Amino acid sequence: MIPVSREITFGEATLEAVREEMRRDDRVFAIGEDSGVRGGSFPIFRGIAEEFGDARLIGTPICEGATTNTALGAAMTGMRPIVGLHFADFMLRAMDEIGDQVARARYTFGGQCDVPMVIRAYDGVVNSAATQHSGAYEAIFAHFPGLKVVMPSTPADAKGLLKTAIRDDNPVIFLEHKRLLRTRGPVPDGEHLTPFGHAAVRRAGADVSIVGYGIMMSQALAAAERLAGDGIDAEVIDLRTLVPLDEDTVLASVARTGRLVVTHESWRRSGFGAEVAAVVAEKGFADLRAPVMRVAGEDVPVPFSPVLEQRVIPNAEGIVDAAKSACGHG
Amino acid sequence: MSGDVSNERMLELLLQMARIRTFEETIERLNREGRIPGFLHTSIGQEACAVGTCEALEGGDYVTSTHRGHGHCIAKGADLRATMCELYGKAAGQNGGRGGSMHVSDFGVNMLGANAIVGAGLGIALGAALSSKFHESGRISVAFFGEGASTNGAFHENLNLASSIGVPVLFVCENNGYAHEAPVQKILSVPNVADFHTGYGIPGHIVDGNDVLAVLEVMTEVAGMVRATGRPALVEAKTYRQRGHHGGDSGRHYRSADEIEAWLAKDPILRLSRRLIESGVEREAIDAVLADATREVEDAVDFAEAAPLPDPESALLEVYGGDSGE
Ligand SMILES: Cc1ncc(C[n+]2csc(CCOP(=O)(O)OP(=O)(O)O)c2C)c(N)n1
Repeated sequence: MIPVSREITFGEATLEAVREEMRRDDRVFAIGEDSGVRGGSFPIFRGIAEEFGDARLIGTPICEGATTNTALGAAMTGMRPIVGLHFADFMLRAMDEIGDQVARARYTFGGQCDVPMVIRAYDGVVNSAATQHSGAYEAIFAHFPGLKVVMPSTPADAKGLLKTAIRDDNPVIFLEHKRLLRTRGPVPDGEHLTPFGHAAVRRAGADVSIVGYGIMMSQALAAAERLAGDGIDAEVIDLRTLVPLDEDTVLASVARTGRLVVTHESWRRSGFGAEVAAVVAEKGFADLRAPVMRVAGEDVPVPFSPVLEQRVIPNAEGIVDAAKSACGHG
Repeated sequence: MSGDVSNERMLELLLQMARIRTFEETIERLNREGRIPGFLHTSIGQEACAVGTCEALEGGDYVTSTHRGHGHCIAKGADLRATMCELYGKAAGQNGGRGGSMHVSDFGVNMLGANAIVGAGLGIALGAALSSKFHESGRISVAFFGEGASTNGAFHENLNLASSIGVPVLFVCENNGYAHEAPVQKILSVPNVADFHTGYGIPGHIVDGNDVLAVLEVMTEVAGMVRATGRPALVEAKTYRQRGHHGGDSGRHYRSADEIEAWLAKDPILRLSRRLIESGVEREAIDAVLADATREVEDAVDFAEAAPLPDPESALLEVYGGDSGE
């Protein structure tokens, strides 16, 4: 184990990753909306201009599409851009660029270029941000061949995965939940890289596998504690990267527990949980002793009023209920 | 010039601006106190744009707005109690508490919504104008947006589209100097948003957005022309956001105190009050109007405080309508 000497926030961890990679490689630069990158409620590149100058933090007008294709053009020609698109909802203003261009550039042109770029955005439900500022779209991005999709849940992973993303020669969608940004946790000193495609077993258990990522990890761990009180020993798996997906860790866990609960905050229908369930159905069907359960956001836009908002997002209680039902205690 | 506006009409404009000002100062406080949830973007200092424009419209005309939309909603005639309920997330809000500040709306007065996606309102206003053209209703649409939105493809596509298909939509840019923390001169390729009009073959105007009489005069003329010709126009109102971008931003770390002071001296309510005094209106009459605005807003707050929250289960309804509804 690498010695851990300090605790920092998730947001600080991502900034460390950006700073270290920009020092290491002068092809790395940051680009994003001028209004959001330096300051504001979620400063995605705070302090970067101070250290590296305006030339390596390009502040743009409000033009997500143009920014994304600009980054693509730079990535195809030897640079390594990190794009900050602020709220994930604004990525929908760059959906042609992400889906039609960024994801397919390498393949379309017969592998003549690398596409080393990272697109960062803040997603998920927070404080009544309402229908157009609460979205989480990882399932859409995971659907596009050519994109890698990363959803860290801890400060250490935020740093280690972002550094790996910046060094990757493929486009990486890096999604940071707004409610995680100020959470604190241990981050190793020194060089810290987290490989893609390796899920983390956050809690070992024998009775049911709870698989999720991002913001739902804290809920899954809380649920596991409560389940332990009821005599159910839950294993909690943090996927960390959806593409590439660590199928082996999930399948090995289900082989032991025989029961699977998948959870994410984003919508249930066609959500990433369906992919996990399908993988287990295809490759681990014989191990299943109960139907796969999904604990996810209700299939409605996220409403403003706190009583409505709370009604549509998943929580630990829902995971407990699903796990009990899978274990036949429902 | 605007010298022919009667004192009565000026007092009415003052009431409308004071209503918006008091409403926003009140919700700003309630948001800080945790009574009103969510993000809040106020238009304090920009009221003349909303009021001068909507005063130049006819009742059936359509309006779309931005994340900074309380003023447009109120100026278009939205019910204050219902609007306050929406901000509180109460069931009696126009959107049933699903939208909140960034989505205030009132379809009953053809206010088709504030919008939390920069630039989104322009296309919706264009579509409403197309609808008016189909219906031969004689209605026009107004799209309010900020100068930040004019740096987005949505602005350019919609101006070109409106001009090329010919629809009666009036694009109103409230240039308040800053898109979040970015000063306008840093993000815009031309000195004025109105300068873009030549590229799209439509008329363009610049108006002092802190002078409600000037806004009313220009908008009356331009809205009349849009209605008569069935073609779009672009007006840029130069104004200033007195507060930060939203409730959590002081707005002071990227703007100088001198700049803020200079604009406070050009406050639209202050200016109209001075103008009224010059026109012989008594101070008491002005104070009475301001007191009326305060009473109306207090009534809306009392109503919203007492109003019931939505049933949590209602969050699952109305994703679809008609036969595919639940
Ligand atoms: C498509 C999109 N990109 C980014 C944002 C984030 N954002 C919200 S308001 C704002 C600034 C808008 O500036 P402007 O259009 O001038 O309006 P103002 O806030 O000055 O009223 C930004 C960038 C957004 N809401 N939508």
